[in-house]
Amino acid sequence: MQVYDAPLRDMRFVLNELYSDDGFGALPIHAEFTPDLTDAILEEAAKFCREVLLPLNRPGDEEGCHLENGVVRTPAGFIEAYKAFAEGGWTSLASSPEWGGQGVPEAVGKLVEEMICSANLSFGLYPGLTHGAVCAIEGHASDALKAAYLPKLVSGEWAGTMCLTEPHCGTDLGLLRTRAVPQDDGSYKVSGAKIFISAGEHDLTGNIVHLVLARLPDAPPGIKGISLFLVPKFLPKEDGTPGPRNGVTCAAIEHKMGLKASATCQMLFDNATGWLVGEPHKGMAAMFTMMNAERLSVGIQGLGVGEAAYQSAVWYAKDRLQGRSLAGAKYPDKPADPIIVHPDVRRMLMTMRAYNEGCRALSGWVARALDAEAHSPDPEVRKRASDFVALMTPVVKALFTDLASDSANLAIQCYGGHGYIRESGVEQYARDARITMIYEGTNGVQALDLVGRKLGANMGRYLRSFFHPVSQFIEENNVDGPMKPMVEGLARAFGALQLSTATIAQRGMKDPEEAGAASADYLRLLGLVAMGYCFAKSTKIAGLKLFFGAEDKAFYDAKIKTATYFFERILPQATASFLAIKAGKTSMMALADDAF
Amino acid sequence: MKILVPVKRVIDYNVKPRVKSDGSGVDLANVKMSMNPFDEIAVEEAIRLKEKGAASEIVAVSVGPAKAQETLRTALAMGADRAVLVQVEDGAEVEPLAVAKILKAVADEEAPGLVICGKQAIDDDSNQVGQMLAALLGRPQGTFASAVVVEGDAVVVTREVDGGLETVKLALPAVVTTDLRLNEPRYASLPNIMKAKSKPLAVKSPADFGVDVTPRLKTLKVAEPPVRSAGIKVPDVDTLVAKLKEMGVA
Repeated sequence: MQVYDAPLRDMRFVLNELYSDDGFGALPIHAEFTPDLTDAILEEAAKFCREVLLPLNRPGDEEGCHLENGVVRTPAGFIEAYKAFAEGGWTSLASSPEWGGQGVPEAVGKLVEEMICSANLSFGLYPGLTHGAVCAIEGHASDALKAAYLPKLVSGEWAGTMCLTEPHCGTDLGLLRTRAVPQDDGSYKVSGAKIFISAGEHDLTGNIVHLVLARLPDAPPGIKGISLFLVPKFLPKEDGTPGPRNGVTCAAIEHKMGLKASATCQMLFDNATGWLVGEPHKGMAAMFTMMNAERLSVGIQGLGVGEAAYQSAVWYAKDRLQGRSLAGAKYPDKPADPIIVHPDVRRMLMTMRAYNEGCRALSGWVARALDAEAHSPDPEVRKRASDFVALMTPVVKALFTDLASDSANLAIQCYGGHGYIRESGVEQYARDARITMIYEGTNGVQALDLVGRKLGANMGRYLRSFFHPVSQFIEENNVDGPMKPMVEGLARAFGALQLSTATIAQRGMKDPEEAGAASADYLRLLGLVAMGYCFAKSTKIAGLKLFFGAEDKAFYDAKIKTATYFFERILPQATASFLAIKAGKTSMMALADDAF
Repeated sequence: MKILVPVKRVIDYNVKPRVKSDGSGVDLANVKMSMNPFDEIAVEEAIRLKEKGAASEIVAVSVGPAKAQETLRTALAMGADRAVLVQVEDGAEVEPLAVAKILKAVADEEAPGLVICGKQAIDDDSNQVGQMLAALLGRPQGTFASAVVVEGDAVVVTREVDGGLETVKLALPAVVTTDLRLNEPRYASLPNIMKAKSKPLAVKSPADFGVDVTPRLKTLKVAEPPVRSAGIKVPDVDTLVAKLKEMGVA
């Protein structure tokens, strides 16, 4: 059974307790967001997700989306839920008040995003893409376009998409062929075919605003000749309301493994009217504003599904009576013990739990950096925060989604045969989570981004935004006491990460294939160290709270136990990653292409 | 017209209550607390009356610990205009009569045209405050409402009574208590949650109203309900009848 109630206590821990000393400081612009207000926001979001979005998740998966006469129909209940969602102001959560947004800090917004993705990932995509479009338009479009489109996108009245992929080009966008021809009135005529367009067409909003990558007639070849255009489904009239239909249609929707309630569309642009966003031939820069925001969001999607899978598995492990504990009956009054007594079921549950708590803590840190990058009054802090976000974006995207897929599969395993049956609900998590490892840049591309672009950039400056806090923490806490084993474990894994960094820097200079061969393991290693740091920090804070007699003893106690599991049972994988990196590319590349 | 809506902070309806090991009451440590669901319906009804133009101001009031401020903020986020907390010590039990006396004093001060209460709180299920308050105020009452319509200086209340619906017309000012089917409370919108923070919330004490909240009743014991034993299947109707006779039911 799909079970989900937002983990509010852990969310509050991440939001209010974990990062008071991260150096990003308190932001004057967010002074009004005191814990009592953020609690109220999180609680209402949790209620909405539990009562409105969760009940639509499995029916939406069963029914899917349907294309009829060029119109995409979303599953039953989605229109009403979206209306309630937009009316509740949730579409505008993190957007700027200048355009009617609520200006809620990302640190809170990302937690709400997680809840939405736990309750109903397919649903979450519709407002999620709109938010990405808002970021790109806000960052790069002309004032006239901003004024015409942002208020309606922020309010959720209209939705947004990003149209990059074409049938022959996905990862390599330099190959793209969609054309844009300038018109006398300053607009452009856009023509071409796009595929895999999430929310490209649907019945939730009165208009859909496509952000389309295309080439101008005078464009240089390759990636440097791509521009970004805004192409609405309906051209706005003078008064701003949707007017005549533009030349953009949905030709087909994909039949997918999962995420079935989200319409994945093939879009045809046939002399569609559009407007340039940003400068000619600089479309990739504008699109990357959107992409980077989306990549973090995809990481959060993974975490969301991982949490839902975990909760559903816990529910079953407590409910399913089967066999007796190896240590003798633990529930003698029942015909059998619930399977949660078995060590191997514990292994699975604890692993999922540790993944989720570790990822939530890490994303909380990155979200604070996002806020500081945008709003800190101190330029030094803004720069450091920006470095940290740049470094962690591929890590959050790839690590969280890899782990989410593992969690979803572990949840199925907890259910045994019932997990393989659709009605149990957990196999949907595995199918839904699977795409998060692929879209917005495959996890392989993320690893290349980390090793190729982020590692060496500015003489390793990005990396320092992460290495400094970790080494400082190890230095400050490497003293005799209950934290000692954890700090030592973190120091070992951190040492492996530093050595690996040096190895990649050295070999990768001479041979880029070496960097490529190390990239996936390196991303995992960095992710493990980051989660280890978050868990060590959580343990320290939880220990102090317990020492000073905090009210919520059970929570802090559980936090330390989960952290200990992470250090003893998961962090040792850092050594394996380290050894794989050290081995280099030889065995990976040795076999001739023909021998495959 | 002003509407006064009393709200109570109670154990959340999703939580399975556990009795304290010493049998002195329900364990509330680290348990999720929320607004009493019947009170949520009362707040919603007040907001709908305001939206229809039948009311001009909604005042939410709670008698409870400092944390009941959260409950009042929820009412403000839904759409109430301001709030009054009559604060008592954390863990203090305030019995229905004391609550009714405090509410009477608040009503005397605020002079609302309508008081809308939940019919009962889901923690103690007393179902007394609304009725006592009407008596203390010397005003008409329409309890267990499933429909509320304001008509000039009267309010027409459809009551859910045993075996059907009863419609009564009360002269305003009046006291109405809500039943489950009156409405479906809205979700607070994000902008309203943010606005709620700056809406006025006054904190007072029972002494400010001259009310003594010392309990008049003593709780002797609180116990879990007995565990239901498993049922049995009988092969046919004759055996069923025989069993029922054996149990003295038929």
